Amino acid sequence: MNFGNLIKIALKALGSNRMRTFLTMLGIIIGVGSVITMLAIGTGSKQSIRSEIGSMGTNVIMVMPGNGHFGGVRQSASSMQTLKLSDYRSLANETSYLSHITPVVDASGQAIFGAENTPTTLYGVNGEYLDIHGYALSEGTVFTDEDIKKSAKVCLIGATVAKNLFGKEDPLGKVIRFSKIPFKIIGVLESKGSNTMGMDQDDLLLAPYTTVQKRILAITYLNAIHASAISEDYSTQAINEITKILQINHGIEIGEENDFNVRSMQEMLKTMSSVMDLLTILLGCVAGISLIVGGIGIMNIMYVSVTERTKEIGLRMAIGAKGKYIMIQFLIEAIFISVLGGIIGVIIGILAAKIIELLGTPTSVSAFSIVLSFLVCVFTGIFFGWYPARKAARLNPIDAIRYE
Amino acid sequence: MGEIIKINDLHRDFIVGDETVRALRGISFTINPGEFVTVMGSSGSGKSTLLNILGCLDVATSGDYFLDGVDVKSIDKDGRATLRNRKIGFIFQSYNLLPKTTALENVELPLFYNRSVSNAERRERSRKALIEVGLEDRMNHYSNQLSGGQQQRVAIARALVNDPVILLADEATGNLDTRTSYEILVLFQKLHDDGKTIIFVTHNPEISKFSTRTITLRDGHIIGDIMNPEIKSAKKVLDSLPVDDTQ
Ligand SMILES: Nc1ncnc2c1ncn2[C@@H]1O[C@H](COP(=O)(O)OP(=O)(O)OP(=O)(O)O)[C@@H](O)[C@H]1O
Ligand SMILES: [Mg+2]
Repeated sequence: MNFGNLIKIALKALGSNRMRTFLTMLGIIIGVGSVITMLAIGTGSKQSIRSEIGSMGTNVIMVMPGNGHFGGVRQSASSMQTLKLSDYRSLANETSYLSHITPVVDASGQAIFGAENTPTTLYGVNGEYLDIHGYALSEGTVFTDEDIKKSAKVCLIGATVAKNLFGKEDPLGKVIRFSKIPFKIIGVLESKGSNTMGMDQDDLLLAPYTTVQKRILAITYLNAIHASAISEDYSTQAINEITKILQINHGIEIGEENDFNVRSMQEMLKTMSSVMDLLTILLGCVAGISLIVGGIGIMNIMYVSVTERTKEIGLRMAIGAKGKYIMIQFLIEAIFISVLGGIIGVIIGILAAKIIELLGTPTSVSAFSIVLSFLVCVFTGIFFGWYPARKAARLNPIDAIRYE
Repeated sequence: MGEIIKINDLHRDFIVGDETVRALRGISFTINPGEFVTVMGSSGSGKSTLLNILGCLDVATSGDYFLDGVDVKSIDKDGRATLRNRKIGFIFQSYNLLPKTTALENVELPLFYNRSVSNAERRERSRKALIEVGLEDRMNHYSNQLSGGQQQRVAIARALVNDPVILLADEATGNLDTRTSYEILVLFQKLHDDGKTIIFVTHNPEISKFSTRTITLRDGHIIGDIMNPEIKSAKKVLDSLPVDDTQ
């Protein structure tokens, strides 16, 4: 038997029932399309979070109060008062793996200028905060050590706050109020845009930490200490060093639980990545289920088709088609439906991913997901076409041809 | 070349539940090239059962069957499929054309299952077969666009296209009106004149008059096997029928 002939026969059979062929295909199209799209969303988000965190600086290290257990019961970090200015000082003086370090205290509130006001966060930091987090000034200057010593009422303004309060006006030199305290704007931050989690990184004010501690919060402890390792390669050493110094400062014995936690962006990146991987797998599974449903659709239709075409099968056998030719014909039909459906599904999946990308969610279609879904399609066709095809091949020609 | 069909003491038993239906109970005959045999008998006498065995669609419970020198008994399922494809042309009462398929494509069908036939040859032979049955102007009509008589002609062309050693027809005129039946008979007689060997199953005694030999079955036995002394011409009968027959 000529294989080309069998393909022709199978295609003719499919062509003579186009609507049904299409509807069967639709199951596969939707299945493959959603697999491609879901995986694209998964990988896209993962990649963008990676590059986001990367751009935030993978050498950034954050020290928080509390033991920092993820999940489980945990006290709110801000209510803990274990980080002191003395910790910051000893870290600043004693570490050898850090290039920048700043204490951090934060306060939420309304920033007011004239009739305009906007909710924002005021961070009390030192000038190194800009280096650690990669902020730059578009105009003005950073507050000085002198400003910090005097708890000067000066601030740097983020681009979003500037826009909300001043519109197109130049904020430099203006005085705004935050918690009733007037702050003179001595510098304007360049826009950094929002990060992947959707947080606007320009919605902030920066002021000397002394000012925020004394004049606004009236506290002596710190909410956090941010630092940057001299390079990414040293971040593990830096974390160990910080931990050791703070343990000594806080009088924590070996084996006791720390009352602070030190984390690097690199670690967060790892955590994020594994979370995203899980999400991708989950999305893929959901989409995979629809692919299986599509496959069952093929099987269902092939069974109907075998029953409906019993007479045709009988005739083909009567004029000399061997059982295996009948089987191959039906298998080709099933595989053709699933593969063509798969190809259309891949195209639609890619298009959908592009549209979702345009709507703002990052996506990334991987060659892997295309190859995978294509193979799954071929497999689906063979797997779900097999039994109906075998049923067809095993028909007795006399019974089949008499079938009404 | 000797006989085309030689059967000896053919039996066919069907097991239904715990009963055995003995459809054929020892049939023997020989058919030589160029014969036009009608097989007669009342309903249930075993005509179709016999024809299915002769057409290699079914196998006898016991007895010998040689088709064109081949011992069919010794051949497996796939072998019988090939035998049907190369040596037999089957014509059914209900035409059995594929729907949504043109006359030409229907006729081509057997050749699709014969790898020694090229695409061009398949097309050419199918055209010739359709011309032979007088449907040269209907080649690309779909089966549902054809009358019953035309559909049966397509089926005959399909049976002819693989140049079989024998044509087997089971009630080939059973679904047609008188006039169309005669038209089909004219075609069979023409094929016979061209040298085809034909076995034609019918329970219409009228039809047997157009064949060269009539075998009559009853309850799975042969009760008559006669050479027809005088063979009527279907063409003449057809010409004598009123053109506008509304009977
Ligand atoms: N597949 C089968 N299973 C059981 N019994 C069968 C089967 N095929 C035929 N028979 C029986 O064999 C006998 C002969 O049947 P067959 O179809 O050969 O008759 P026939 O002469 O062709 O009748 P008709 O003129 O009505 O077509 C009948 O009694 C029938 O019931
Ligand atoms: Mg019958």
